[in-house]
Amino acid sequence: MRVAVMATCLGDALFPEVPRATVRLLRRLGVEVEVPPEQTCCGQPMVNTGYLEEAVPLVRRTVEAFAGVDAVVVPSGSCAGSVRHQHRLVAQRAGDGALQEAVADLAPRTYELSELLVDVLGVTDVGASFPHRVTYHPTCHSLRMLGVGDRPWRLLSAVAGIDLVALPQAGECCGFGGTFAVKNAEVSVAMGADKARHVRETGAEVLVAGDASCLMHVGGLLSRQRAGVRTMHLAEVLATTADDAAGVV
Amino acid sequence: MGRTFVGMPPFPVAAQAALADTTLRRNLAHATATIRAKRAGVVAEVEDWEDLRVQAAAVKDATLDHLGEHLLTLEASLTARGVRVHWARDAAEACRLVGDIALGHGLEEVVKVKSMTTAEIGLNEALAERGVAAWETDLAELIVQLGEDLPSHILVPAIHRGRAEIREIFRARMAAAGRPAPADLSDEPAELAAAARLHLREKFLRARMAVSGANFAVAESGTLVVVESEGNGRMCLTLPEVLVSVVGIEKVVPTWEDLDLFLRLLPRSSTGERMNPYTSTWSGVTPGDGPQEVHVVLLDNGRTRALAEREGRQVLRCIRCSACLNVCPVYERVGGHAYGSVYPGPIGAILNPLLHGVGSDPATDALPYASTLCGACAQVCPVGIDIPGLLVRERVAVVDAHRRDPRPKAEALAMRAGAWGLGDARRMGLAERASGLVGRLPLGRRMPGGRRGLSWLPFPGSRWTGARDLPAPPRESFRQWWSRTGRDEGHRP
Amino acid sequence: MSAREEVLARVRAALGGADPSPVHVDRAYRARRAVPEGADAVALFAERVADYRASVTRCAAADLERTVAHAVGDARRVLVPEGLGLEVPGALEDTGLDAAALDAVDVVVTRAALGIAETGTIVLTHGPGQGRRAITLVPDHHVCVLEEHQVVPGVVDAVAALDPARPQTWVSGPSATSDIELDRVEGVHGPRRLHVLLVAT
Repeated sequence: MRVAVMATCLGDALFPEVPRATVRLLRRLGVEVEVPPEQTCCGQPMVNTGYLEEAVPLVRRTVEAFAGVDAVVVPSGSCAGSVRHQHRLVAQRAGDGALQEAVADLAPRTYELSELLVDVLGVTDVGASFPHRVTYHPTCHSLRMLGVGDRPWRLLSAVAGIDLVALPQAGECCGFGGTFAVKNAEVSVAMGADKARHVRETGAEVLVAGDASCLMHVGGLLSRQRAGVRTMHLAEVLATTADDAAGVV
Repeated sequence: MGRTFVGMPPFPVAAQAALADTTLRRNLAHATATIRAKRAGVVAEVEDWEDLRVQAAAVKDATLDHLGEHLLTLEASLTARGVRVHWARDAAEACRLVGDIALGHGLEEVVKVKSMTTAEIGLNEALAERGVAAWETDLAELIVQLGEDLPSHILVPAIHRGRAEIREIFRARMAAAGRPAPADLSDEPAELAAAARLHLREKFLRARMAVSGANFAVAESGTLVVVESEGNGRMCLTLPEVLVSVVGIEKVVPTWEDLDLFLRLLPRSSTGERMNPYTSTWSGVTPGDGPQEVHVVLLDNGRTRALAEREGRQVLRCIRCSACLNVCPVYERVGGHAYGSVYPGPIGAILNPLLHGVGSDPATDALPYASTLCGACAQVCPVGIDIPGLLVRERVAVVDAHRRDPRPKAEALAMRAGAWGLGDARRMGLAERASGLVGRLPLGRRMPGGRRGLSWLPFPGSRWTGARDLPAPPRESFRQWWSRTGRDEGHRP
Repeated sequence: MSAREEVLARVRAALGGADPSPVHVDRAYRARRAVPEGADAVALFAERVADYRASVTRCAAADLERTVAHAVGDARRVLVPEGLGLEVPGALEDTGLDAAALDAVDVVVTRAALGIAETGTIVLTHGPGQGRRAITLVPDHHVCVLEEHQVVPGVVDAVAALDPARPQTWVSGPSATSDIELDRVEGVHGPRRLHVLLVAT
């Protein structure tokens, strides 16, 4: 099976380890991976801030870059949500029938990482090994926009050696919220501080989530607090094998 | 009396002040956690809850699609039952109508059932200007009124107050409004409630006119419904000679039988009970029982504006349960005042812009942004309003309303620049090469995991780094890695 | 243009001329049982009334008057509506007492139109035996007699059985508030004590 990786703009520019881990993981599972070079950004930052018109060229670029591939995997719940649920709005705004068709065609082929693994590839044990104490934060758009349910938790549970501990009040938003994080920075930080406190309460060494953006926010707080907890994307943990586990944390 | 939300700062500024109030945050965290747990418990008892939500949304949508016909039916049924029906285009007209009725009877005071609609139109202040005192009789409304405070929650307007504060308000302020609080009043909720009972009873027994809202108005039978807990509603709806109900035009449901959905959904969503203590229904005048002069004011005040929005229209399904407030992590931290409206929280963040329009008032324009779009509200809404979706749509409306501003906001310029930079893979690659050079500098300190983190950036980056570290740019973007080695990496032996 | 005409015109303009595609309401929920299969609706009703911290006493028809007398206790001023159909010793029948006189009543004894098992609710429709709305509101103690056959399973059944032309009061436990720290307190403006007598039939 051939799968195209949507790196996301944040993954490409700031967290390249996330799409890299996605590539490594999929190849280990025997998937033929491609990375369409014309991809940039799905337009979510613009849409969620109200700049629908500005998002039109980005959506156009995205559907063109991923035209014709069997499946698209996105290591981000919110970007997958953007493709599946928001591109329609943007295409409507553009008033471009061909674009509307193209976004309707891309949406059902687009999967968040845990969906692709569990539903399309049919695996929960991906052969990873990660002998560390880990807690998992289900990000809002994975949980409530996409409805990934317990798929990430099942994937993590199957990782060899992992000590997976439940995060108190896991389902509550971390406070990132895209431009909310700067437009309403104080509220964002107050929410993130509560999330960081719950993370510390678990005694975990690593906080895992399926969105680099949320991890950037909570991780930034944990770092400022000198909490000694590192953040890792779900893809990074699942990509780690017994061979390279020793040196990770 | 007399404080209003007019002139309050926009959400980000007001929220910052609210966050600094540790008592407020403690009161809110406790209260919202309590009600969330209660709601979850009673909702879990109803096996077909999800189906009830879908059908309730359908009833509301179907009603809105033919709103004009249902309003005419309602008017005819009410009139046939002896009700005098009035129509009001806006808040001022509704207030004038109510004031005319009170003054027509030579009254200097009215008692009030808790009503979001009369709070929305600023009825108390309007009546006060004409020399008519409007006494709030719901306990939380009484606390707000005596404290010369503003409501901060749809169901529990004094949710921001703790018991000790309430005792102080009662001790300091009750005497000026009527029967004073007992000298030895403690801060036990039961004692505080008993003090309110004594204070208000004399008002109920002498009241000649009451003003209410309505949770539902049944077109076919001309029936109004008020859902409440304390019995203050029953007092107002039963004892006075004159009753005036101010009813938003979206409150109409076609038939009596439609209530079999809403009377199941509302109490469980709102107070987290199987059923609220009292629900009163009345169809006009009943000889020998209750008010013999009954008025209904049908209010627009922006509702037809919302109705004109194809997607936004669904906000008119709202039954004012406040479940969305109770699950909102933003509301929980800042409370209701920061939203600058009697309708706070997620529903207020879409209802206010849809009722009043965007583009002219900075406070209204800030509301759709008072959310992380986490979606918790949409999951609990008993009438299935897509609150996050409408928040995004209202953000779009705000941005579009400002597209022709002579001086665009910095944000608009940044978004255009960002869209340009991200609009092409080559341009994005160039930007990444530049940031990669920055990433080679030994900036910041090591974060757990080895990445370098920046703890200080100039404005506007300081909005981030004020409390959060930010990873320094990587030396190599994913795009660079892929073209250098990634394309082949996994295929090596 | 009058306000009425203007509001109606705005409604028409907002909805546009086009006839909207009809919204379908699926009423299958009305056929679902509000009380689980095999469960006893009357027992559930009694349990759920008690959950509101109201008192519930179940009795045989033959013991009803004795049970009422016991519930009334040594209250001095007892009020009953016309058509109660029960002998309550020392009770005064309502003849349109004013609010102040009602405020001096210790206990009122009435019947109800029906009870709802799903929610532990009694519904008054204020006809004979139940009295006008004020008599079950102003006195501080309400004793309500309900026959077991009057208990319906759910809210759906109650709405279907009730006539909206009559004023109704749905009562679920004593008056209560959660306005102080969302801590539930029984007893504000309505009767602080509710006692439901459930008569076997």
